[in-house]
Amino acid sequence: MDIIVAGCGKIGSSLVQTLEKEGHNLTIIDASAEVITEMTNIYDVMGVCGSATDCETLLEAGVDNARLFIAVTDSDELNMLSCYIAKKMGAHHTVARIRNPEYNDRSLGFLREQLNISMAINPELLLAQELYNLLRLPSAFKVEYFARRTLEMIEIRLKEDSTLCNKKLFKLREKQDLQFLIGAVLRQGELIIPDGNFELKAGDIISLTAAPGDMQKLLKNLGMLKKESRNIMLMGGGKTSYYLAKQLLSSGCNVKIIEQKEDRCLALSEALSDAVLIHGDGTRQELLLEEGLRSHDAFVTLTGMDEENILTGLFASGQNVPQVIAKVNRKELASMAEKLGLDCTLSTKTITSDIVLRYVRALENSRGSNIETLYKIMDGTAEALEFNVNPDSAVIGIPLKDLKIKSGILIAGIIHSEKKAVIPGGNDSIANGDKVIVLAADRRLSDLDDILR
Amino acid sequence: MNRRMVLYTVGTVIKIEAALMLLPTICALIYKESCVKALLISIALSLAAGFALTLISRPGNKVIYAREGFITVALAWIALSAFGALPFYISGEIPSYIDAFFETVSGFTTTGASILGNVEAMSRGLLFWRSFTHWIGGMGVLVFIMAIIPSLSDRSIHLLRAEVPGPIVGKLVPRIKQTTRILYIIYMALTAIMFFLLLAGGMPVFDSIVHSIGTAGTGGFGIKADSVGSYSPYIQWVITIFMLIFGVNFNIYYLIILKKFKPAFKSAELWFYLGVVAASTVTIAVNVAPMFGNLSETVRHSAFQVATVISTTGFSTVDFNQWPALSKTVLFLLMFTGGCAGSTAGGFKLTRVFILLKNIKRELKKLLHPRSVNALKYEGKRLDENTVGSVGTYLSIYAFFLCGILLLLSFEPFDFETNVTATVACFNNIGPGFGAVGPAASFAEYSPFGKILLSFAMLFGRLEIYPLFIAFSPSTWIKK
Repeated sequence: MDIIVAGCGKIGSSLVQTLEKEGHNLTIIDASAEVITEMTNIYDVMGVCGSATDCETLLEAGVDNARLFIAVTDSDELNMLSCYIAKKMGAHHTVARIRNPEYNDRSLGFLREQLNISMAINPELLLAQELYNLLRLPSAFKVEYFARRTLEMIEIRLKEDSTLCNKKLFKLREKQDLQFLIGAVLRQGELIIPDGNFELKAGDIISLTAAPGDMQKLLKNLGMLKKESRNIMLMGGGKTSYYLAKQLLSSGCNVKIIEQKEDRCLALSEALSDAVLIHGDGTRQELLLEEGLRSHDAFVTLTGMDEENILTGLFASGQNVPQVIAKVNRKELASMAEKLGLDCTLSTKTITSDIVLRYVRALENSRGSNIETLYKIMDGTAEALEFNVNPDSAVIGIPLKDLKIKSGILIAGIIHSEKKAVIPGGNDSIANGDKVIVLAADRRLSDLDDILR
Repeated sequence: MNRRMVLYTVGTVIKIEAALMLLPTICALIYKESCVKALLISIALSLAAGFALTLISRPGNKVIYAREGFITVALAWIALSAFGALPFYISGEIPSYIDAFFETVSGFTTTGASILGNVEAMSRGLLFWRSFTHWIGGMGVLVFIMAIIPSLSDRSIHLLRAEVPGPIVGKLVPRIKQTTRILYIIYMALTAIMFFLLLAGGMPVFDSIVHSIGTAGTGGFGIKADSVGSYSPYIQWVITIFMLIFGVNFNIYYLIILKKFKPAFKSAELWFYLGVVAASTVTIAVNVAPMFGNLSETVRHSAFQVATVISTTGFSTVDFNQWPALSKTVLFLLMFTGGCAGSTAGGFKLTRVFILLKNIKRELKKLLHPRSVNALKYEGKRLDENTVGSVGTYLSIYAFFLCGILLLLSFEPFDFETNVTATVACFNNIGPGFGAVGPAASFAEYSPFGKILLSFAMLFGRLEIYPLFIAFSPSTWIKK
């Protein structure tokens, strides 16, 4: 597919990386010649140097034949304008990054419709949502929802003292009266799709799928349930903090935000009247302790500096804050932070790539979109996809044990039309109108029928 | 440095060369010639060497950087020439290996300088291989490999940059593979058109093939003692026009295929090229008019000689060594400029001349108005200051190399004119020079040292100095 990406900052370059690996023909637009040279050196893409709102530049990038135009420059206005121009010049679909709360809270729908933008992405809002999910379920370090929260998939790391260690999977399942699935295991960076005889070990990262109610009970039975975080401290008062605080406050949590700039504090305190705003440098340990860091359930670092986020996060872990999450945008730093003992890091880049990737896969599918959601899970080594089942699908009505499914693929859940989630066994079958959750390792799926051999 | 990947790519190049040698073998079989055996032995040896290299290297990590790109290209071209020389040597048609190596380097670098005294005595299979090396070398063998092998290496843009001449190497479409395919398709199509036009002019099939592939690569190996002098005026005109066509940036043909005529014909470089051709032709025509009887002959010979030199091909219709000094000077200067970037022509490249001239103009303006700020524009876009700087640097390294080679070559017992033009003609991949290396003579008289020196001059010229320079500098290999 011919895709144009305008703007090669953090988000832009991570999109280029993901989409190039998927085999699309990419053209990038950036105002800086240096950035273009750097990107074309690393990735097999064509670069055009210029402004994304300049018709000549867009034409040179081949906008008239592009299936998708993605605008992710720094400025929301530039993104919207360039999407509008690109659409008028012949691009089939347009995606714009719009992250300013003013647009998002009030005029987004209107703008999208008027400018004909196919999708607006707001990485900060997406990150805030993911953070919110994690704060609700502190045992996990990644939580994904499917089919409007009828099924959830979480990732947890097994500690030395975990009751799951050194147990065979089929025994685990026998013991519990609950429906759940351990769909994938990441052991020392290697992805395993386990069978019943698989034995879990300390240090493994496992992916658990269950309905939310069952998940709570399961974690409780396994002694892994931590109580939901209610008192939360956020470091850094950027857009993500704003979106996150807004969600947390509306669900009744106490939120304290530490921000360096006074005018930003004022603006936040105007927008979020229930939050406590502290004006000060969040990297100063003195200040954190003074503000009662130890008595908080969770501490989230959201400044623009990865290094600050990691170091302050490590300090908070040392002070026995139960849940510490750091925003780390650079992948290499995230894995280093993990080694230092910071369990949970999140990045806007991966979340945004997931969303765009899902959109692109859906476009690729000639029969129209039936991918509902797509998540890269287990450190990007596998994908979890939610499909809508079409009436003409080849998988309908056949018990799963009789389906000839490709290796490395697992059906992790079926949600029947009456909102009943099932963790399937060999005798279950898929019906028309169902939603199906599929786990895929090393494989890219764009249609449910792709799972068949 | 990723040495395994370098070796692996070089091995692949040798394997591909073995496959390409099948074509002259078929040719030799058609004419029932004895060189088949030599060709088959060469294929076997190349295959063995190629497989040995790819088997011992087996790279796990396919990522390469600029450094590996340069070194791979340099080593690949040396290996290509070393194995390409085998058929000539094994068949005994060129008894000395150094001579065979010189001839093959001259072929791959599309120079067209020959050590053969009597071309017409060669077997047709080897004559075909000799000209086919022009065709392979013209567009570049790594470019060819990138077009046919899926993902040769990660970041193969570095290979493309190191092999394709010119100050700015860009892509036509997002994927390298598609870009190289488009280039080769244009290349093949133009070659085919030329072949049919020659055939239509009554040229024998074999001659048409050899001349069209020789022109396409802007090489210039002929198969007759007087190059193309004995063919009809029609054929000479066809070759003239196609030599000029292959000296134009291939991007322009791509734009024409896409029906984007406006940017194609607005290209300043194209008009600069055509302007230089026209001006030189007129000057020479006026100068040599007394030597020929009528106007059409004068124009034909002038245009042919201008085209052959500016496109760095090296065919000839007359012995321009006998021409007056003014014409020889004009031709000598054209030897330096060469064709456009992104073409199969060699030389310093008109594109660089164009950028340098613009830069001179800007610097002069700056002397008058010290505070003025002027952006350099090229093809309607602002030129990166780094590119402008690198063109200047290239000019100096180019001049130093030329002087160095000339100095070393002066140990040979030839007159000044011969040595100077031999150096210039080889370094710029043209072929014949003046004096004892004029169009009617050959390079056979040089000593083995001189031949090896000139062989490397040709390689340095074709790959634009840097790849070989980097491959041969000790600091690349010594770990610090």
